[in-house]
Amino acid sequence: MIEQYVASLSSYSGDIDFVIILIGVLVGFWLLLAEGIFFGFIFKYRAKDGVKAGYVTGEEKEYTRPITWAHSLVLLCDVAIVYFAVIIWVDVKQNLPEADATVNVIGQQWAWTFEHPGPDGEIDTEDDIRLVDELHLEVGKTYHYKLSSNDVLHSFSIPVFRLKQDAIPGRTITGWFKPTGTGAHDIQCAEICGIGHGMMGARVIIEDAETHAAWVQSHSTPMLADNSPEQGTTDEDR
Amino acid sequence: MSEEGTQEVHEAAHESHHADDHHGDHHHEESFFMKYLWSTDHKMIAMQYLFTGMFMALIGGFFSYAFRMQLAFPGAHVPGFGTVTSGEYNALVTNHGTIMIFWVAMPVLIAAFGNYLIPLMIGCDDMVFPRINRLSYQVFLLSAIVLIASFFVPGGGFGGAWTAYPPLSSTAEYNLTPLGSTLWVIAVALEFVAFLLGGINFITTAMNSRAPGMKAFDMPIVVWMIVIASILFMCSVGPLIAGAAMLVFDQQIGTFFFDHARGGDPILWQHLFWFFGHPEVYVVLLPALGIVAEIITVFSRKKLFGYKTVLYTTFATGILSFFVWAHHQFIAGIDPRMANIFTVTTLLISVPIAELLFVYIATLYKGSIRLTTPMLWALSFIAEFLIGGVTGIFLGASGADIYFHDTYFVLAHFHYTFFPIAIIGVYAGVTFWFPKMFGRMMNDTLGKIHFWGTIIPFNLIFIPLFFLGGWGQHRRIYNFQHYPELAGADFQQLRVLATVSLLVMLGFQFVFFFNFFISLIKGKKAGPNPWKSNTLEWTTPSPPGHGNWAELPNCYRGPYEYSVPDREDDYWPQNEPA
Repeated sequence: MIEQYVASLSSYSGDIDFVIILIGVLVGFWLLLAEGIFFGFIFKYRAKDGVKAGYVTGEEKEYTRPITWAHSLVLLCDVAIVYFAVIIWVDVKQNLPEADATVNVIGQQWAWTFEHPGPDGEIDTEDDIRLVDELHLEVGKTYHYKLSSNDVLHSFSIPVFRLKQDAIPGRTITGWFKPTGTGAHDIQCAEICGIGHGMMGARVIIEDAETHAAWVQSHSTPMLADNSPEQGTTDEDR
Repeated sequence: MSEEGTQEVHEAAHESHHADDHHGDHHHEESFFMKYLWSTDHKMIAMQYLFTGMFMALIGGFFSYAFRMQLAFPGAHVPGFGTVTSGEYNALVTNHGTIMIFWVAMPVLIAAFGNYLIPLMIGCDDMVFPRINRLSYQVFLLSAIVLIASFFVPGGGFGGAWTAYPPLSSTAEYNLTPLGSTLWVIAVALEFVAFLLGGINFITTAMNSRAPGMKAFDMPIVVWMIVIASILFMCSVGPLIAGAAMLVFDQQIGTFFFDHARGGDPILWQHLFWFFGHPEVYVVLLPALGIVAEIITVFSRKKLFGYKTVLYTTFATGILSFFVWAHHQFIAGIDPRMANIFTVTTLLISVPIAELLFVYIATLYKGSIRLTTPMLWALSFIAEFLIGGVTGIFLGASGADIYFHDTYFVLAHFHYTFFPIAIIGVYAGVTFWFPKMFGRMMNDTLGKIHFWGTIIPFNLIFIPLFFLGGWGQHRRIYNFQHYPELAGADFQQLRVLATVSLLVMLGFQFVFFFNFFISLIKGKKAGPNPWKSNTLEWTTPSPPGHGNWAELPNCYRGPYEYSVPDREDDYWPQNEPA
């Protein structure tokens, strides 16, 4: 249902959609039942001349029984929802599978900065590829993201991954995702962060292995990588 | 100085004599100032709260008009406002939320109805602390003035959302509203003080001043609900008042309670805020539920289904509401394991709330239902709140909340709970007690036009927003054209639908104001008990005079003895001896 409008492109987005559908079915049932009985009563018990209303205290066994049944069933539905919600929560937010690569995501008023591993495949090295408002990923790889903020709270949200995590100044929050399909999609900031909040969008670009490798090559600065011990010279050369 | 001081003491002494003078001469004329502005009469204070709340609702409604126009027609000139910049947009949504919760729902539902109904429903002449009551309104009025002033200071009104998360709210260089944000916090804190003063009165009066013969379980549900709400408020607001003080210190004095770089923690605010914020939902929900209980029993001529069940489930809801706050913070950077606990407590709260709604629906069973305007409002409360309730499950379940958090789905869910509370509940109460408050009936035809003109557009505003949220549209973004996936024509059509529906709904509110004021002057005389209700407020003339009753009533039975078998009348007022 959701994936017709928002593509489902991470390893866990399908599971989250499943929980949403499950809740929709369960609460939809209760909603329709309650509204049905409610409107049924309104139509059935409209005031008629000469007909007096019944006298029901609500403490009679015959009347409390359906209510007790209903609330026990509500509790049962709650248990089912909690079970599935917690399983997917633990998978997305608590577990941290082994990563193929790591990206740094830095929020600041009002742009996202992404640091990708360069040709050496390692993050936080000289050849990192640093881009504003564009996150490049390779399909099928498991990524860790290290999320931080330079000023206020931001929230890193990729709807197609069904992923969202607040960024907090002074802390680095590690999470993960694994893209399962290619394409370019929106990243939004989901936590109000000042007057530029409405423009703090970015794009995630998921590529197949070949395209991604080519992108890494075209964005790497070999000279910088080669001369990394003598950083002073490189700076002057630039 | 000393001369002034003496003068004040003198005045205060005179005042104290006056304030307690209930049973003296009921007919003596008071000056306009004493009667309307400096009164200690609970009914007049209720009116002050009601009219202030209605005035603030106009401001909050106007704000929603301005930002919805910007969303539907980005960058266009909004008639009556001008173009909406992103900073103004943030200030509009922030203050729309703040006003509607703290300056409309709270003053009208708790303060206006609580002040008006509690003494009249339990059969006493006034609140136990009339001058604290007056002070409560005065502090409230001051808070409203401070809030309105915050829109006009250099830098403009605060724009960091009604949740005011630091560091954005605490640091002027980030929010760019150095004065507006401080005035905003001060206004909110003052407003809390006002409601603490009011709450003391509600609790004490309901405990101590009941009519002879009225046991605790003979009180009308709405009185219970307002008392429980006041207790919840008193227990939850302390941390947030402390938080507000810390926030003002961070903003203006240079402390660092919420600054990570100097040993503070921005998440601390979120805990303080939501520890208050979630019980706050029930603080306003309970009075609305109480109002609905009074109305559906009267207009279905039925005893409330399970009076004690309603109370016990309400107690359970109230207690549970203190253990769910972190469901607002699942993805805010708290330890993810905490989300599991709070998912359980949050979903647990659905049991008593569902039970309450079942009991209300069961009250209609075998009833003799008359669809008057107040009854339509009360029934629509149940129908709409059910939608608000079930959509909350999506957000309380941690796994689904990862996706829905901070989207328009949250916004639509919130409005499906809050609109029934703050708007439907208020209209239900005002149309129901209008005859008592002003002695005249409201026009029923105009009332029904207003009802349908409000309830249909309301659904057309917020149902589209559920879908937009489900498709990944986040909140508080002033122009979705910046996002390729949200800029599509089908998305925009839904936004336009919501905005046009809002315009229709706002337009129909003028029907209410017209009806309200025309009925004040020309409405049919109501008489003491136009709805044939049982509760004590209907046993005194409409409107009740100073002191409420010439002779205070006794109470002989519970409030919901409708259609008792073997009685000719289908109602049995509480003060009628057996």
